[in-house]
Amino acid sequence: MTGALGGTIRRILDSDIWYKFKRDPIVVTATIVGLLLILSSAFAPLFAPHSPFDLKTLNLSDAFTPPAWIEAGKSQFLLGTDDQGRDVLSTIMYGSRASLVVGFAAVLLSMVVGITLGLISGYFGGALDAFIMRVADVQLSFPAILIALLISGVARVVIPNSQHDQVAIYVLIFAIAASGWVQYARTVRASTLVERNKEYVQAAQVIGRRPLAIMFAHVLPNVLGPVMVLATLHIGTAIITEATLSYLGVGMPATQPTLGTMIRIGGDFLLSGEWWILWFPGLALVVLVLSINIIGDWLRDALNPKLR
Amino acid sequence: MPSSPNVPLLQVKNLRIEFPTRRGILTAVDDISFDIAAGEVLGVVGESGAGKSLTGAAVIGLLEPPGRIASGEILLAGRRIDNLPFEELRKIRGREIGAIFQDPLTSLNPLYTIGRQIVETIETHLDLTHTQARARAIELLNEVGIPAADRRIDHYPHQFSGGMRQRVVISLALAANPKLIIADEPTTALDVSIQAQIITLIKKLCREHGTAVMLVTHDMGVIAETADRVAVMYAGRIAEIGPVAEVIHSPQHPYTIGLMGAIPSVGDNHERLSQIDGSMPRLTAIPKGCAFNPRCTRVQDVPHQRCTTERPELMPAGKTMAACWLHASEAVHQVKQAVTA
Amino acid sequence: MLAFIARRLLQSILVMLTVGFIAFSLFNFVGDPVALMLPPEATQADRDEVRKSLGLDKPFYTQFAVFVQNALQGNFGISLRLGRPVSQLLAERLPATLELVGVATLLALLVGIPVGIYTALKRDHWSSQVLLTGSLIGVSLPNFLIGIFLIIIFAVWLGVLPSFGRGDTTQLGFWSTGFLTVSGLKAVILPAVTLGFYPVTLIMRLVRSEMLEVLRTDYIKFARARGLSNQAVHFGHALKNTLVPVITITGLQLGGLIAFAIITETVFQWPGMGLLFIQAVQFADIPVMAAYLCLIGFIFVTINLIVDTLYYVVDPRLRMETSSAGGH
Repeated sequence: MTGALGGTIRRILDSDIWYKFKRDPIVVTATIVGLLLILSSAFAPLFAPHSPFDLKTLNLSDAFTPPAWIEAGKSQFLLGTDDQGRDVLSTIMYGSRASLVVGFAAVLLSMVVGITLGLISGYFGGALDAFIMRVADVQLSFPAILIALLISGVARVVIPNSQHDQVAIYVLIFAIAASGWVQYARTVRASTLVERNKEYVQAAQVIGRRPLAIMFAHVLPNVLGPVMVLATLHIGTAIITEATLSYLGVGMPATQPTLGTMIRIGGDFLLSGEWWILWFPGLALVVLVLSINIIGDWLRDALNPKLR
Repeated sequence: MPSSPNVPLLQVKNLRIEFPTRRGILTAVDDISFDIAAGEVLGVVGESGAGKSLTGAAVIGLLEPPGRIASGEILLAGRRIDNLPFEELRKIRGREIGAIFQDPLTSLNPLYTIGRQIVETIETHLDLTHTQARARAIELLNEVGIPAADRRIDHYPHQFSGGMRQRVVISLALAANPKLIIADEPTTALDVSIQAQIITLIKKLCREHGTAVMLVTHDMGVIAETADRVAVMYAGRIAEIGPVAEVIHSPQHPYTIGLMGAIPSVGDNHERLSQIDGSMPRLTAIPKGCAFNPRCTRVQDVPHQRCTTERPELMPAGKTMAACWLHASEAVHQVKQAVTA
Repeated sequence: MLAFIARRLLQSILVMLTVGFIAFSLFNFVGDPVALMLPPEATQADRDEVRKSLGLDKPFYTQFAVFVQNALQGNFGISLRLGRPVSQLLAERLPATLELVGVATLLALLVGIPVGIYTALKRDHWSSQVLLTGSLIGVSLPNFLIGIFLIIIFAVWLGVLPSFGRGDTTQLGFWSTGFLTVSGLKAVILPAVTLGFYPVTLIMRLVRSEMLEVLRTDYIKFARARGLSNQAVHFGHALKNTLVPVITITGLQLGGLIAFAIITETVFQWPGMGLLFIQAVQFADIPVMAAYLCLIGFIFVTINLIVDTLYYVVDPRLRMETSSAGGH
């Protein structure tokens, strides 16, 4: 097992992709920054100097403290505090964590659904295929944000008020995933259609191998490249969508704020001079998405033989 | 600059084309030299990857980066063209040197009528009014055999069949009356039945206009039909060059011999097709000495193992020129003859 | 050509029906439809009457038919939040959104296309790299953040442009326009730039990649081989072939912009349909949500139809005339 893993790692290190990666300083920087952000937020409880959602630790007299390098600032609140006395730096870490969790989960769900539907659609064809593709076409007419908003809105009505906060994160993940599965389905379906007509599939059917097994074994490796590019770029979009939804007030509840929520809160205090409540979360969001997009963009160019 | 009547139309001297890659510099065309006389058809034949298309691209100045001409000279009517600035080179393209590519479908812009594309070419190079240019375009279409030319001039490329499209392409290449045409696999993408027609057309037009042709192809049949002389390329070098009849019927280079032997003919009765063992070396692994030596059956006939150590230049061999040490003594012999005569 | 349009029309109708169906489901299964159609003071007797008149005791497909009929007449019920007919609310706010989207699209095209062409033709120049990096950053910035930053810079620091609202509008018949007043024009700038930011980057990258793709084709190579000038090759041949697919995508973008306007309208408190929709989502105002959905669906479908027709006009290959016998 480790032999196979070691072999794979060696092959990656030896490949063209790694070579190109090493030589592009922008991508390397982006990856490092991205990883830093991801790690610091994933382990927020370890790294964050404060725990901003633990009401016991909050002190209203700490509210509106400016960042540490400004005169009225305190060194324990490096980036200042918000209107509730929460440390901005810690909120960013926890907020990023929420954003990342939602983003990754949504993309994962989206990918799984999309790939599955694409495989089914391409392999079985016929009415099933037509139906799935019609649904995809109709859905493509509507931008992701609208679909996500609709689902959130409907969930609001359907789910009783008391449970709103608990399920908010699942609704959010579902909403973002639902708005993004089509691109995977289409790509995978196209590949499946190509593979399905190849003779080895028919041969496998004759032997009696189950069709699903065939598809997984042979179609998936072929689509992995484009799907990875789609997924990486999708994560960036998902995070922005989540931030937007939270900013609009229909995302995560105020008790588990994400970067979007913080930006909304910060917007309220911008004109009265407490700029740091908005700027730092905003910056964190941009840097996060930017690094992901740089990686995704680079990946797409690296895997595209035509652009060399 | 008037050209002397004895200077060949095209002279390629020691042309070397390189591709810098991350694994080092690849030499795709390695020091080749040849001439084309006015009105002559030179066939350039060889396997895929032998460097024939690159040579054609280099002559017309359309070598795609990162490929570049590393050294050598290309002269048109005695004037050097490989180092010209862009604007000068552009004026030569189409007017002095034309080109035909393999796929007629993708060679034409699908969004413009063929008339517009021909007239545009004419107006770029010749000083004619629009009406005159259009009249000439119709003339050209007639020449290449497009029926109802005055009507079809306003049609789009997709409205023509494959063979017709290639005729349009030929008319485009001839629009400004160039002296030399680089034809890169002009019949490969066409049905076999159409190929003959197109070849006949090319031959006829070039005779009538006095245009020289550099005909690049891997199809010996086309060469036999059309060319006056032929150059056989192998691994970026010229293995043999000479009059077509001689190269085909009495080849002197072992590679050419193998090639000719591999062509089956209808009357033959063999159990197996003969082939040359092995395959053309990759650009990254060209053998030292003669590039063909690992596959050659005559290596042992050359003394001092010259084949594996020294690269042979083109030398006289029978009625052709071959880059092969087998003919080294003959070269010396002929030189002696020439000196004493 | 007729067959083509007929086919597309049929598809459009199918899509509209599907959208209508979803909206209808929203109406019926999410929340109480009777309550949606009546003001809150209605009595039980009123409700029963409405229930019967609405045909809620009738089978499913009849109800759907009634819904469609109502929808075609523009009747979507009454807003739960504002107590006024939904169609009226939408009609009031449509001009605001359309004007905003119109300006944003114009901006996007006027900036995106030239920049895209430039970065394709001068791809190795440092200015192209800068522009490309800029576009990458543009794609990574959320719509609302851009709006906020613009407000900070132009409304707060420089004080030259308003930070919210539409300015003074003039009423032309049923359409209220902001273009005829100075304050109206000033008010539309920041929101339009915010909204147009993302499309600019998208169009720029699209035009660039399309053009690079086109410049590698055989017909461009052949054009160069014929000695055509750079101007003829780039702007005569390459440009036309590049712009054809750009048309489709931009057209589809247009529809997306109308939905994206939801965010921009929120940031700038721009009184358009998007703001109405967001307030409806926050309030669970189902009639408004359903109506908005149908309207957006309709706009999308119409735009798609127009774009397809445009494509047909521009790309001769799609006109499947029988080609005259060409022989070979």
